[in-house]
Amino acid sequence: MFKILHAEFLAPGIKRFVIEAPRIAHKQKPGQFVILRLYEQGERIPITIEHSDPERGTIRIVVQSAGKTTNLLNSLNAGDSILDVVGPLGKPSEIKEFGTVVVMGGGVGTAMAYPTAAALKQAGNRVISIVGARNKELVILEKELREVSDALMITTDDGTYADKGFVTDKLRQLIENGTRIDLVLAIGPIPMMRAVAEMTRKEHIRTIVSLNPIMIDGTGMCGGCRVLIDGKSEFACVDGPEFDAHRVDFAVLVQRNSMYRAAEQKSMEEFQRETDSQVKSVRTGQIGACALQGDGQ
Amino acid sequence: MTEPTKQPPKQASLNPLSLKERMKLPHQHMPEQSPLERATNFTEVNLGYSEELARQEAQRCLECPKATCTIDCPVGVKVKEFVQLIVAGDFMGAAAKIREDNVLPAITGRVCPQEDHCEGGCLMGKKVAPLGIGYLERFVADYEQGHLDISKLPKAPPTGKKVAIVGSGPSGLTAAGDLVQQGHQVHVFEALHTPGGVLVYGIPEFRLPKQIIREQIDYMRAMGVEFETNVVVGRTVTINELLEEEGYDAVFIGTGAGAPQFMGIPGEHFNGVYSANEFLTRINLMHAYEFPKYDEPMVDFRGKNVAVIGGGNTALDAIRSARRLGAGKAFILYRRSEAEMPARIEEVKHAKQEGIEFQVLAAPLEFLDDGKGWLAGARCQRMELGEPDASGRRRPIPIEGSEYEIPLAVAVIAIGTTANPIVQTTTPGLATTKKGYIQADETTQKTSRKGVFAGGDIVTGAATVILAMGAGRRAAKSIHEYLTTSGEW
Repeated sequence: MFKILHAEFLAPGIKRFVIEAPRIAHKQKPGQFVILRLYEQGERIPITIEHSDPERGTIRIVVQSAGKTTNLLNSLNAGDSILDVVGPLGKPSEIKEFGTVVVMGGGVGTAMAYPTAAALKQAGNRVISIVGARNKELVILEKELREVSDALMITTDDGTYADKGFVTDKLRQLIENGTRIDLVLAIGPIPMMRAVAEMTRKEHIRTIVSLNPIMIDGTGMCGGCRVLIDGKSEFACVDGPEFDAHRVDFAVLVQRNSMYRAAEQKSMEEFQRETDSQVKSVRTGQIGACALQGDGQ
Repeated sequence: MTEPTKQPPKQASLNPLSLKERMKLPHQHMPEQSPLERATNFTEVNLGYSEELARQEAQRCLECPKATCTIDCPVGVKVKEFVQLIVAGDFMGAAAKIREDNVLPAITGRVCPQEDHCEGGCLMGKKVAPLGIGYLERFVADYEQGHLDISKLPKAPPTGKKVAIVGSGPSGLTAAGDLVQQGHQVHVFEALHTPGGVLVYGIPEFRLPKQIIREQIDYMRAMGVEFETNVVVGRTVTINELLEEEGYDAVFIGTGAGAPQFMGIPGEHFNGVYSANEFLTRINLMHAYEFPKYDEPMVDFRGKNVAVIGGGNTALDAIRSARRLGAGKAFILYRRSEAEMPARIEEVKHAKQEGIEFQVLAAPLEFLDDGKGWLAGARCQRMELGEPDASGRRRPIPIEGSEYEIPLAVAVIAIGTTANPIVQTTTPGLATTKKGYIQADETTQKTSRKGVFAGGDIVTGAATVILAMGAGRRAAKSIHEYLTTSGEW
């Protein structure tokens, strides 16, 4: 069991957790993730580590409610526990002095880009951060990112905060202004990462994206998270999660992420019908525990 | 093992029957769920011997002076001795006898390829059916489970030495069990959330119920073995850190043959194409067959065609799982003939009874989709057999112009595994083979790193549960020696 020491909403549906996980905190590097499971009948989901504190033995994650598992997770609070947390998994981000780096975060992807941005700044890079969100309420980690960025730009889809538009608009401006860009790191929804990749491909700017395929074990054992990189299968859990954006087949990523949509909807509907009882029982580690008795599982 | 004598120790035998009478006794078949019934559930196929059946079968043992059953067993179970204790009705004595050499009898009694080991050389088998050693072992182990109070297990005096076991599969569990009985402090690290390794994620419920694995693990806990799940050694902690910072005196690496092999043919990324590891992990570890009670889903292929490519036990586990999930037509696609299939005989028999088809001498060349990224079929090619290859099996040779297409909703690739590199690449000085497996001495299981031992699939490549257990056993012996002597390397 991994104890939640602190939990707070950063924005509607986006929650940050501080979790006691000394081994992981000791080893984590920017770009790595954990896989967690909430209760005995739960699935395993990967979540990027936003920050770790080796001295306190804690890690921080930021979670956006999307399906049943993330909704259940975001219903937990300080004092609750997570049944399983394993990591740090995946290759760490490449951190060195590139020159000028543009770090782009879309939605909750901002939380995943943040630790890498901080490390890149520390490594002597000029860091220009671009954060995008649907609206004002959903802009997260502005203060944190500002601290590690030489410049910070923010866009909202509806213009309720900062500039109306998309993160790619800002990137285009930078390119058109003749800003020398040595590396782009883009983490966010697949359409955003794909759009960034298309834009930088023409400009021959090296671009890194962090991919989020469906995963189970996270150790390279199952191959479920395979992504097509230059037409060849690679495993996001051990060969990634970060890849050269210009080599990624985004269409296949979208296609593979849709594989269980019907089932995911079914789980989500069930969650919405029985939110209270499910939240209650996730705290005891068992959902539908009564139904499980006696079948030897 | 005692020196073979020329005649069976007649006076010492607990079996009143003459050898001739024993030869005439019929082999007792394993009671099992009917094929029609079991093809729709995940409950264990074999139901187990009753005490009566077990004693009848045990009476067939000829008590050969030269016990090939024990010689051919990778962990050296004293078959003759435990079988005689069954004859005498001392089932707990029989269990204790097995446990002298095998810490996982309820598991090996179910999944061992007995035909390749203990039962393979059984003299009875030359004339009639071999003694049902696996069935007897299973009976004894299950009897013990129902009658033993594990809180009263004797504990060896502590040696003060600490051993880390990396991986809780068959080799790791065996090493752990042997070492804890010597008084060493044993800590097992498991990457997944449940201990058991391939026994949990790889072998389906209908062949090896999870409850059995849990009981064996509980038994080991009662012996004093500590388990820590959610630790990926190489990522969460390294071998160096275990030795240098966490105070372990020795480490055993039994991480298994972790990475799935794909075929490298077009279309392997389509939705509906799985590695056997993923397909089985979803079903076994994550209980996808119980969706929505469990959250992990599986593609719905009820009534549709499912093919598994490969001919080993894993392939059969996958296709029989697909049958239970409601596949319309479920078939094995294997490039050689049935004679070359590495699967256990019993699995092939069970699969056929359950309506699994075997399309042999054929292999897919390409997967085809429905235009939207979902698997719709495969283009296959027929094969003929040529000369034996390096594996000793006849090599499949493609027949020109024999291509044909089949409709498919799900394809599972079960053609083997490769070495998972996580431990090797994070352990400086650990020598590996060209294929990335860990180099270890065949007798001592010592690696190139002092204090580090390895065994099982991560050394040999994919093999069987019992062979991995054999390696775990050799490693435990060698680790004990290392810890109790000057520790030379």
